[in-house]
Amino acid sequence: MKDLNLVAEKGPNEALTTKKRWNMKRNWPLHVMLIPAVLLAIVFQYVPMAGIIIAFQDFKPWLGFFESEWVGLENFRYLFLYPDVDQVIWNTLIIAVFKIVAGLIAPLTFAVLLNEVRLMAFKRVTQTLVYLPHFLSWVILGGILLDILSPQGGMVNKLVVALGGEPIFFLGDGNWFRFTLIVSDVWKEFGFGTIVFLASLAGINPALYEAAEVDGANRFKQTLHITLPALMPITIVVMTLSLGNILNAGFDQVFNLYNPLVYDKGDIIDTFVYRLGILNGKMSFATTVGLFKSAVGTVLIIVSYRLAYKLANYRVF
Amino acid sequence: MYYKTRGYKVFSIANYIFLGILSLLCILPIVHILAVSFSSMAPASSNLVGFWPIGFTTDAYVKTFGNSNFINSLLVSAQRTILATVIGMVLVLVTAFPLSKEDASFRGRSLYTWFLVFTILFSGGLIPSYILVQKLGIMDTIWALILPGALSVWNVILMMNFFRGLPKELEEAAYLDGAGQFKTLMLVYIPLSMPAVATLSLFTMVYHWNAWFDGMIYMSDIKNYPLASLLQTIIVQQDFSKINVDASMLENVSQRTVRAAQIFIGALPILMVYPFLQRFFVKGLVLGAVKE
Repeated sequence: MKDLNLVAEKGPNEALTTKKRWNMKRNWPLHVMLIPAVLLAIVFQYVPMAGIIIAFQDFKPWLGFFESEWVGLENFRYLFLYPDVDQVIWNTLIIAVFKIVAGLIAPLTFAVLLNEVRLMAFKRVTQTLVYLPHFLSWVILGGILLDILSPQGGMVNKLVVALGGEPIFFLGDGNWFRFTLIVSDVWKEFGFGTIVFLASLAGINPALYEAAEVDGANRFKQTLHITLPALMPITIVVMTLSLGNILNAGFDQVFNLYNPLVYDKGDIIDTFVYRLGILNGKMSFATTVGLFKSAVGTVLIIVSYRLAYKLANYRVF
Repeated sequence: MYYKTRGYKVFSIANYIFLGILSLLCILPIVHILAVSFSSMAPASSNLVGFWPIGFTTDAYVKTFGNSNFINSLLVSAQRTILATVIGMVLVLVTAFPLSKEDASFRGRSLYTWFLVFTILFSGGLIPSYILVQKLGIMDTIWALILPGALSVWNVILMMNFFRGLPKELEEAAYLDGAGQFKTLMLVYIPLSMPAVATLSLFTMVYHWNAWFDGMIYMSDIKNYPLASLLQTIIVQQDFSKINVDASMLENVSQRTVRAAQIFIGALPILMVYPFLQRFFVKGLVLGAVKE
């Protein structure tokens, strides 16, 4: 309180400097609190960003950052010449796009159907069951899928045979592998994805439905003309935000399911970088591929955040 | 009313059946694995087991827990999850508090915020991070699993939004009573944030229990492998070349029932915290979504 009195007695300029000093005196603990976070961000985020210079070097671990030879943009030229890169980028795009589209339609449909359920107990049990796979890791699910998709009498193939088909080698045939990736990803995430849609559904004004009822609209027409339009804004948000994931085809999933048989159709940028950099020791080239992905990814994220704000007035930060 | 019409009733029954089947599809694979893990070896290896054990036995679990590699990894995972959650939550609280202030009352706030948020948008990528951990000399220690991901900026943003939802008057009252910033955080903000702390702790725990990739690349000795990484290497990749495993381990994983038991134990902690998690996460998502 003494400080405040001082401010009142002095002129406007002096008041400002006093206020600044007062601000510092009261706020220094805030700066102290941020020290650990800033240090961790510098060491584990910004230092690796500086490590990107090895994309412009022919990095040799035993020579280090300073002794390794500079090669300029040689690695980037190589990026467009290396035979597998095109295929890997194409695989990433196609798998990611299918996952994004299916991962949007499935939860939306499920939420609309779940909204028609009026037995509350049934609704709760359903929600509990479908949210669960989201929390299990791809290691666990990978182990389970290897077991149930096995061509030698796995559960799913037993069903296929019972329906009169030939056993399918889901994880050993390129096209079936992509199909398995997309379906299993939708299976894991569709339940959790319904949460945002259910929240929007709960916000629809019931008077709209009552009015439609009076006008003689049946439930299908009500869904078409009230429910779906009401879900448009959140759908646009989810769609635009997923744009930032177009180069993320799901490292955890692919890594836990793939094998050399399906590298041609199932290898994605992240798994390619891992094999190249960590297993084969081509650290510079792997970093170049990673940098290419991060750079495109960052631009896409910023564009998608902007779009979400422009189209649906949604702010991420 | 629409739900009294014949057409809607037909739709409704079909809808219940459809949703019921979908829900079952989400849980049946796990039930199948559980059934296999409790079955005898012969029916399991000839694929006779469905959703109920045949020739009930706990043999697979006895073998699993008799294996020193497995027990070791279980302990590493437990240690990692506890340490990382405690460190992570302390960091989230002390970081979110200053960032929840208004720009006008805490100069420099937006600079700090952008400094941290930028790390979400852009990252150095796998190889530079790997070299860094190598150079820091923390390979093959538990810190390689904890420190790189200790600060979750997403969680900081969620907590920051929660702090902002608390009434401003509380902070002013604390100030008038003579509390400094540290005291205000400790005695006013943290006690009021227990729902948010609970939510974020559970999410952090699940994340660290499930994490497998860092353990696989940063650990060279199998004694330091967390459970998720062990399962990844032994069961999913079936790669025994990089690490020296016990002979009993090699023999065991060739049995389908033992593999199923190990997968199930890997999922068990998640299944156990899930009911609590579910109660919180809807609220948790809303808590991050409220903005002014």
